[in-house]
Amino acid sequence: MRLELIKRGNPSQVLRFLSPLIGLALAILTGAIMFAVLGKNPFQALYVYFVEPLTELWSVHELLIKAAPLILMGAGLSVCYLSNNWNIGAEGQFIMGALAGSIFPVLFTDVQGFFVLPLMLGFAIIGGALWALIPALLKARFNTNEILVSLMLVYVAELILDYLVRGPWRNPQGMNFPESVRFPSFARIPELMPVDGRANWGIVIAILVAIGIWVMLSRTLKGFEIKVLGSSPRAGKFAGFDAKKMVFFAFLLAGGCAGLAGIIEVAGASAQLRPTISPGYGFAAIIVAFLGRLNPLGVIVAGLVLALTYLGGEAAQITLGLSDKVARVFQGALLLYILACDTLIHYRIRFVRTPKAVGSAADA
Amino acid sequence: MSLNGPEPLLTLRGLTKSFGSFKANDGVDLDIYPGEIHALLGENGAGKSTFVKMLYGALQPDAGAIVWRGQETVIPSPAHARQLGIGMVFQHFSLFEALTVAENVAVALSGDEPLRKVAADLEAVSRQYGLPLKANARVHDLSVGERQRIEIVRCLLGHPDLIIMDEPTSVLTPQEVEDLFAVLRQLAAEGKAILYISHKLEEVRALCERATILRHGKVVGTCVPREETAASIARMMVGADIHQIRPAKPASTATAPLLTLRDLSMPARDVFGTALKHISLDLHPGEILGIAGIAGNGQSELFDVISGERLASRPDEVTLFGAPVGHVDISARRAKGAVFISEERLGHATVPGLALSENVILTRHRVNPGLKSGLFLNRGRARSLLDTISEKLDVRKSTPDPAAQALSGGNLQKFIIGREVLENPRVIVVNQPTWGVDAGSAALIRQALVDLAQGGAAILVISQDLDELFEFTDRIAAIAEGRLSDFTPVAETDRRAIGLKMSGIFEGVPA
Repeated sequence: MRLELIKRGNPSQVLRFLSPLIGLALAILTGAIMFAVLGKNPFQALYVYFVEPLTELWSVHELLIKAAPLILMGAGLSVCYLSNNWNIGAEGQFIMGALAGSIFPVLFTDVQGFFVLPLMLGFAIIGGALWALIPALLKARFNTNEILVSLMLVYVAELILDYLVRGPWRNPQGMNFPESVRFPSFARIPELMPVDGRANWGIVIAILVAIGIWVMLSRTLKGFEIKVLGSSPRAGKFAGFDAKKMVFFAFLLAGGCAGLAGIIEVAGASAQLRPTISPGYGFAAIIVAFLGRLNPLGVIVAGLVLALTYLGGEAAQITLGLSDKVARVFQGALLLYILACDTLIHYRIRFVRTPKAVGSAADA
Repeated sequence: MSLNGPEPLLTLRGLTKSFGSFKANDGVDLDIYPGEIHALLGENGAGKSTFVKMLYGALQPDAGAIVWRGQETVIPSPAHARQLGIGMVFQHFSLFEALTVAENVAVALSGDEPLRKVAADLEAVSRQYGLPLKANARVHDLSVGERQRIEIVRCLLGHPDLIIMDEPTSVLTPQEVEDLFAVLRQLAAEGKAILYISHKLEEVRALCERATILRHGKVVGTCVPREETAASIARMMVGADIHQIRPAKPASTATAPLLTLRDLSMPARDVFGTALKHISLDLHPGEILGIAGIAGNGQSELFDVISGERLASRPDEVTLFGAPVGHVDISARRAKGAVFISEERLGHATVPGLALSENVILTRHRVNPGLKSGLFLNRGRARSLLDTISEKLDVRKSTPDPAAQALSGGNLQKFIIGREVLENPRVIVVNQPTWGVDAGSAALIRQALVDLAQGGAAILVISQDLDELFEFTDRIAAIAEGRLSDFTPVAETDRRAIGLKMSGIFEGVPA
């Protein structure tokens, strides 16, 4: 007796659409069980986690602040994953983008004016893209595994940030705290509605970029090329598409998005560089991409959902006295359930009985 | 027949296996005696693999009996086959490159013997049979011949009485082949039976005492190879059916060739690939050239280098419409007016999960101007092209625009041919045009190609189906081990002559 995964001839379109919702429901159920085991009332805990953050306006603003980097990176990563390029180093590209964009307010403090912010955004895009270029180059030239390279570069980027913030980029008037100077107002992303909360134009940029990527994927030859090379490389070659160029395109695009997300974060809500500038947005963006069905419009919704898990995690710390690791558990369970749903929608499990042996075994 | 024992070791009676409506094996009978080297011969697709898989427990027969040592037997799994005393050496090795020889052998053994004992056993066996192997060598450092030795020793450690060898020489050098034959003869002398699967006739004549020949899943004959010629065995393999032959057109040398290959050589992609050696041909307008050959003799390599999926080493090795194109990619060759129809329908000629209209875009996006406006795709245009294709080639589909994988083989092939010939191409290169296609669709496809040739297109057909080549090509050559024979007008040749060329006998031998 053994288990086999059999490909379904005609996977249900309805279920494919529902898969993220089923995954979400299962993750919430798992969360309820987890809260119960931790000795909390699961209903109250789920309310604190998922509903309370949406009941106040300032909190919704916080949600949008957290959703912006998730949407930007999720949309970029969708292009990577659709083209079969497994970039899981968006976190590092986010950091390098933030650093490249921060050059102006931190180092070139003499440069002042309205043009500084666009320059910062441009530098951040280039910085993130260049960091993503490393795994792309190694993959295209030497056939290295982009998963490992992009992941390990995250830790390199984190150490570079840590070094700069504690060393050369530290605020000289900062009482030795490991922080850069606070960015002046011309180097800040303007807030949307300052009376209600802190949300800034970053969320608008993120949604516009996601829509732009959606148009590219669904309407243009480039998008067609991405899908063909991702699902059937040999057919892609037959079509005259260049798989190596696609490696660069996907990584540079995702890296650029991540870099932009990085500067939106530091020039937006936090206004300065610190040793840690991301609570794992780059990794959560992987979940966003899959929860959004690798479709940038889906990614917008998925980014809001994942942002809610961050916000809920903070609320759980404050109100319930639980560790913020709860948020990670939710995110991990969510990814696991979505991938499991997708697998079971495309394959069915079969128990295979081996026929009984007849006749003598070796009589030698 | 010189037989060591009166009783057969293995008897197969009426073994039958169907896949859907296709009978891969149809009532196959076979006897194997101890100490015998028995050849199983047949063209690609004749049913050899299916047969062997049933014998080794990887497939279950639908009907028929397997009698092992006089007792009717069911072999549910390869593990049970090994337990009975049936061992197998596969054509494609299953070795872990990062592990040592001893570790590779140990993972395949059923017991949990200590690695040191396995290493000692395997070195003892390798010495005994003159198969030198170092137990602690890493597989990735070893040559192909040495890797095969591991497979053989691994098989021998199970103390089999019957050893199945699937095309064992396809990856070996001539010297390694001689060494292998010496080992096989020694094993036979010890009373072990060997079932030797091959399509290399000279090898079979040198090694095997008896041969069983399969064609279209049926046994079409048995013979003593030493008493036959390679030609007479080839005739049994490819069949001697008489077909009506279309009279060959006079080779139109008056016009300039549209496609030319000049001394095209290309190294093998990997150890299982075939190198192309000094291939030359001229393809004139209005003619259909056929290239016969047994699978794996360089057909797909040849197709890839003509289409531009692999670039030639010199631009002038491939010439299209008089211009050297060896260094330009497939899109540019299509733009010149050539089309390429590959053997693999799903995953090469089409993307399985994409709709047919999107698969129209796949190969036509650079050629058909209506499919794009600026950066954007014109999907409406793609759908209307699909309608035209479906109507012209009678593509039957359940919904207006289904995914490529939802179509049957014949319908998908009609779609692919229709897509490529839509704009009246002047050069058509097609690999296995009707492989796995039902008879009706096959006739329609061949008719479409003949009509295009009559309209002035030049067509190159690569096929393993000799019947097909004789039916509609003008001149035929054979490819064997990456070498291409001369083209002969169909009227001046026959299956026997082509069969010989397919086994590599053509240089210096008048055809």
